[in-house]
Parts: sequence; structure tokens; C-alpha cells
Amino acid sequence: MNPRHIRDFAAKALLWLSAGAVSALLLALAGYAGFRGAPELSWRFLTGQESILGGTAGILPSVVNTLVVIAVSLAVVLPVGVGAAVYLTEYARNRLFVEGAAFAAGVLSGVPSILYAMIGALVFCDKLGLQKTLLAGSLTLSIMTLPTVLRTTQESLKAAPLSYREGALGLGAGKWPMIRTLILPASVDGIVTGCILAAGRVVGETAVLMYTAGLSMVMQDFSSLQSALDASGATLSTALYVYAKERADFGAAFAVATVLLFLTAAINSLAAAVGRRVRRV
Amino acid sequence: MSEQIILSARGLDFYYGPAQALRSIHLDIPAKKVTALIGPSGCGKSTFLRCLNRMNDLIPGARAEGSLTFHGEEIYQKGRDVAALRRRIGMVFQKPNLFPMSIYDNVAYGPRLHGIRSRSALDETVERSLRAAAIWEEVANRLKRPALGLSGGQQQRLCIARALAVEPEVLLMDEATSALDPISTGRIETLLGTLKDRYTIVLVTHNMRQAARVSSRTAFFLNGEVVERGPTERLFSMPRDRRTEAYLTGCLG
Ligand SMILES: Nc1ncnc2c1ncn2[C@@H]1O[C@H](COP(=O)(O)OP(=O)(O)OP(=O)(O)O)[C@@H](O)[C@H]1O
Ligand SMILES: [Mg+2]
Repeated sequence: MNPRHIRDFAAKALLWLSAGAVSALLLALAGYAGFRGAPELSWRFLTGQESILGGTAGILPSVVNTLVVIAVSLAVVLPVGVGAAVYLTEYARNRLFVEGAAFAAGVLSGVPSILYAMIGALVFCDKLGLQKTLLAGSLTLSIMTLPTVLRTTQESLKAAPLSYREGALGLGAGKWPMIRTLILPASVDGIVTGCILAAGRVVGETAVLMYTAGLSMVMQDFSSLQSALDASGATLSTALYVYAKERADFGAAFAVATVLLFLTAAINSLAAAVGRRVRRV
Repeated sequence: MSEQIILSARGLDFYYGPAQALRSIHLDIPAKKVTALIGPSGCGKSTFLRCLNRMNDLIPGARAEGSLTFHGEEIYQKGRDVAALRRRIGMVFQKPNLFPMSIYDNVAYGPRLHGIRSRSALDETVERSLRAAAIWEEVANRLKRPALGLSGGQQQRLCIARALAVEPEVLLMDEATSALDPISTGRIETLLGTLKDRYTIVLVTHNMRQAARVSSRTAFFLNGEVVERGPTERLFSMPRDRRTEAYLTGCLG
């Protein structure tokens, strides 16, 4: 073998090793959580709720709370983030302002979540009087994920082909019609990626929600707007914390962890499917 | 026969930041004729063409000085409705730049933009534009298919159809055939022959034979200036400027 082949081979082996290590680590984590959690997982555990009197365990309230928090925080962060990204990349004239916003977003995305927790508790729970509710938690999380959505959207807007812009403007299109019909559709990938990342952070967040959304594991009432606004409680991640830390019930904790893994996988595939769908239209 | 001047440059200067790309251009474009802009690479042909529909506005730091008029009105006037201007002065680019949509939606894009909603009106405009661009026969049975599945030559004719669909008065073409094979190029040249009775066409080309074949007027650009302009036949057979002659001799061999 000549040196070039050896170098080639070595590079390939290294790449293969690192890819293998990543996959192995992932599988090991998921496998261990599943192995420890599976015995506890049952239909009753998934669809029931905890009752000390009845002596039952169940995480349905936390599953529902998690989905509600994801939906509400995305519903807020998506229009705000995409809107701000469009303004900053397509309309804003002031360079200093645009760069300042990018800098702020960069700093904010690196801030530890406990700071968002304090700000959320102060602003949403106290000042705006929302108390510890799923709504206050979702709003705090939408602020926390805003930089992510903003940045991924901005990057994909910038990557939209110049030929679309020239083509549309050359036909006498105004700026907004061009953005709506060509630039945003071409940016769907980046926007979806931003949402996956945001949803991922929401699913994994505990600190913010402990301070702003509460720890209750009782089923909340979403049947009327008033009661839904008052709903408060633990998401899966916070429940995991409660099981592991406060009750030392590791069986249940691993069961919740397994559910979390499945939920994350589901969000990822859903987002991928949405992305494919939108692009085809 | 007196010809009507539709576009007119009087002492037009153009700058990309500090670099001057056009120097005191004086040029008249007659209505319903084909005008060819020729000259070596980097001499400012595209820059001039893109002044006419203010496509240069997209470039940060670019600015024009002097006078450039369309029907006697300043193109660079403050507060000018640029979208409306571009609707009347369409453009076909060097590389086909269709949108990632169906053939039909590409052609209907402009009319929809300008408020045409009725299905039958759109159908009619799409068919008329495709016929005018000599591509109707090839795509009539696949209007709903993605436009990007067409060949390069077909894509370029579809770009012409898309531009015609908004009924412009002027069509700017920047080396629109340079990426195409001789047969596709021939088709588009024939097409230009049929369009020139209805549209004012300004075309940039590196192909001297093409300029000679399709245009009735030619302007020769060099280093950001118009060195010579005139009827194509005269300019090609009896160039008055030494530099024009040198360029034509070099090109035609
Ligand atoms: N976006 C730009 N920014 C800065 N300078 C530019 C830009 N576009 C063109 N120029 C410069 O302006 C001058 C004229 O360029 P232009 O593209 O108009 O030439 P051209 O005659 O169309 O050349 P070609 O035949 O190669 O297309 C060149 O010196 C070029 O480098
Ligand atoms: Mg050019």
C-alpha cells in the first residue's frame, strides 16, 4: 500500500470509529433507560394518574402537560421568531441594529436556563399575575427558544437563491409577495429545524418549569379556557426530576425517561414529515 | 420612417461603491426594435441593462448619476414605483431562473401577482404567453409538472413566457442564450424575430453573429463607455471607430 492509501484508510477508520462511538453511546443510553424503565412501563402507568389514596402511579397528566407546553410555546415562538427573522434579514436597514440583534440572540442562547426561570417567575408569574401555570411556563420557554428559531430562520432566509429574488422582482413583485411566495417556502427546512431544536429544549427543560409551571402531577382541566389558563403542573422532565430526586423512585424515573426518548423521536420524525410536505406544495 | 425613442441615457454614470462601472453613457433605445449591446467582458453591458429596470438596486452601495429615462420619465427618480417599472420592463437572465413550481404556476406567477384571479383569464394568459415564447406545443400536456424538469433551452423559453405573461413593453435579455446549445439558441433567435414587432428588446450578447442576425441597432461598449452605436448593418460593415473595428475583427476572425 502506498502512503496515500494508508492515509485514506486511516481517515476512513477514524470517521467510522467516531460515528460508531456516537451511535453506540446513543444506543447504550436508550437501551439502559429502556432496560430499567420497561418493567415499570404499563398501559396503566401511561394512561393513569397518581393517587396516594388509590395507591396507583401514572404519568398521563405529565404527558398531556408536556404536549400542551410544546404546543403553546411553539405557537408563540414560531410567528414571533420567523417574523423577527424576516424583518431583520429582509427589511431592517440599520446595520448596527441588525448586528446588535444577532449579538443579543447569540448571548441569549448561551444563558443558563435558571436565569430564564427567574425572569419568567418574576415577569410572568408575579408581575403579569399568571401564577405558576403551564401558560407562564410556556411563555418563558418561548422567550428562551426565541434566539434559536430566530437564528435558524435568518440563516435559511439568507440561503434562499438569489435567482428567486431576481426572478420575482424582475416580474414587478413587491418585496412581501416575493418573500411570501418564494423566500419563505424555500426556508421551510431551516424553520422546521429551528422548531425541532426549540421543541427539544422545551421537552428537556426542568429548571424553568419548576419555577414557573409547578410540580403537580394531577390531571388538569383543559375543558374551558379559564381552567386551561389556570392549569399548572409537571411536564415529563419535571416529573422525572420529582421521581428521581424527591422520591428516589428510580423505576418510575427510568420509565419516564423511556417515554421522553420516544417522545423526542416522535417530534423529530413529525417535523421531518412536515418539512417534506410543505416543500412539495 | 421616424423611430420612437423609448429608453434614453444622457450622461449616465454608474458606481459600485467607489468603482465606476459606467461613464457618461449616451444611448437611445428605439421602440419595437432589437438593440444589441456588445463588447468585451467587464465593459459594463450587464450593468447598463440592469440600470434599465433598476435590478442594480439589489446591490448594496451601487448608485447611478445622470439621466436615464423611460418614456421621458426618470428611471432613478426619487419615489419612483420600481415594481411598476419592472412590470413594464421585463428581464430574462443568463441562467434560466424558474421557480420551484409547476410550468403553469411559473407563467401565472406574474399575472397572479398583479391581481388576476379568475381561472379562465389565467388559463388564457398562460397559453398565450407559452405560444408567444414558442414552447406551447412542447409543454401543453404537462403544465402541472415541475418546471425544473425541462431542458435548459425549454427552461429559457419558459422564462421568456413568464416575462411575457405580465405584458411588458420592453424585454431585457442578458446573454440569454449563452448557456444553450446551437439548436435551442436558434429557436430563441427565431422567437426574437417574431417578438420584435410587439416588444422593444435590448439584448446583451457575446455572439457577434447573433447580434448581426437579430438586431437592428447595436451599441459597442468598452471600459464602461459607449464607443460606437448605430444601425447594426452599418456598424458591422463600416465601423467608424478603430476600437470597434479591432473588436469585431477579433471576434469574427
Ligand atoms: N456586483 C458588483 N459589485 C462590484 N462590481 C461589479 C459588480 N458587478 C459588476 N461589477 C464590475 O463592473 C464592471 C462591469 O461589469 P458588467 O457585469 O456590467 O460587465 P459585462 O459587460 O456584463 O461583462 P460580461 O460580458 O462578462 O458579462 C466590471 O468591472 C465588474 O467587475
Ligand atoms: Mg454581463
